[in-house]
Amino acid sequence: MSTNDDSQWPLWEVFTQGARGEPFEHAGSIHAADAELALQNARDVYTRRGEAVNLWVVPSNAIVASAPSDAGPFFDPGNDKPYRHPQFYVAPRGVRIF
Amino acid sequence: MANPLAEYLQRLGDDRLVLGHRLSEWCGHAPILEEDIALSNMALDLIGHATSILALAGAVEGQGRDEDALAFFRDGTAFRNALLVEQPNGDFAVTLVRQFLFDAYSVLLWDQLSHCGHEGLAAIAAKSLKEDKYHLRHSSEWVVRLGDGTDESHARTQRALDTLWKYTAELFERDAVDDAVAAMGIAVDTAALRSLWDGLVNDVLQRATLTRPPETGPRRGGRTGRHSEHLGHMLATMQSVARAHPGARW
Repeated sequence: MSTNDDSQWPLWEVFTQGARGEPFEHAGSIHAADAELALQNARDVYTRRGEAVNLWVVPSNAIVASAPSDAGPFFDPGNDKPYRHPQFYVAPRGVRIF
Repeated sequence: MANPLAEYLQRLGDDRLVLGHRLSEWCGHAPILEEDIALSNMALDLIGHATSILALAGAVEGQGRDEDALAFFRDGTAFRNALLVEQPNGDFAVTLVRQFLFDAYSVLLWDQLSHCGHEGLAAIAAKSLKEDKYHLRHSSEWVVRLGDGTDESHARTQRALDTLWKYTAELFERDAVDDAVAAMGIAVDTAALRSLWDGLVNDVLQRATLTRPPETGPRRGGRTGRHSEHLGHMLATMQSVARAHPGARW
């Protein structure tokens, strides 16, 4: 864990699963001294009203995030490159076209 | 003893009402936001358990007293809680040790009572057991971390244990009330309860590097309404609104 500049315990990101089989969604964050207490704190803060059947807690500093400044080159769908889209290609005979 | 079942239910309800109120005193004062929420959550759970049990106690008693009447319009001498739960919060270590000692007892007791011969009580026990298991997880993990933490936290936690230990024996004492409800199918195996509790507590204390205090003269009296000096002050606060506005509805 990283050292803290302040008096707070390390920060953890909390992901909750609303029902079995559903994807986990980011619910928020909590502070906790270690993983077990992070789970307990996440339970107390984010799942008191039956919002979740499962929890993930992840140390915040274990998450690598894209930078907003990357948005252009990183996420541009490349609409100017038609060959990157399936519609560019002629389907072979015998394949149903929807 | 007019009504041993009502008496027995009051003991169960009062333990949880008093401890729930003690925990609620932390609201806004806990060491960190997350723990503030956790303690408040546990307070609400316990007050919820107390509400169900005292409602049943009032019905069994048949004197027209509901859970609010029992909670807010009885004096200290009529309260039947164990002395452990009325002890002041002290520091965070005192509160968590008190919580752990009670949670370990409560989980084991509910486990037995969820199979008892009284349908209403068995249902409350089964529901309360689920929440108390979480309380035990929380308080035991905290005792381990505080005991096995810094020199300061270790010293404070050992001191809390040494201070509170004399109140634990009362939890396992039997009297005529226990015998009378046993005859109604609400039989608690006190010896088994005690030995399971010992095992659970010893295990956590070992993980926490804490020393189990020696058994000294146990303090008792709570079950018959003879309390420490702390309960009266607590009730004065807890009951002040209800007594200032009797019959108020909101």
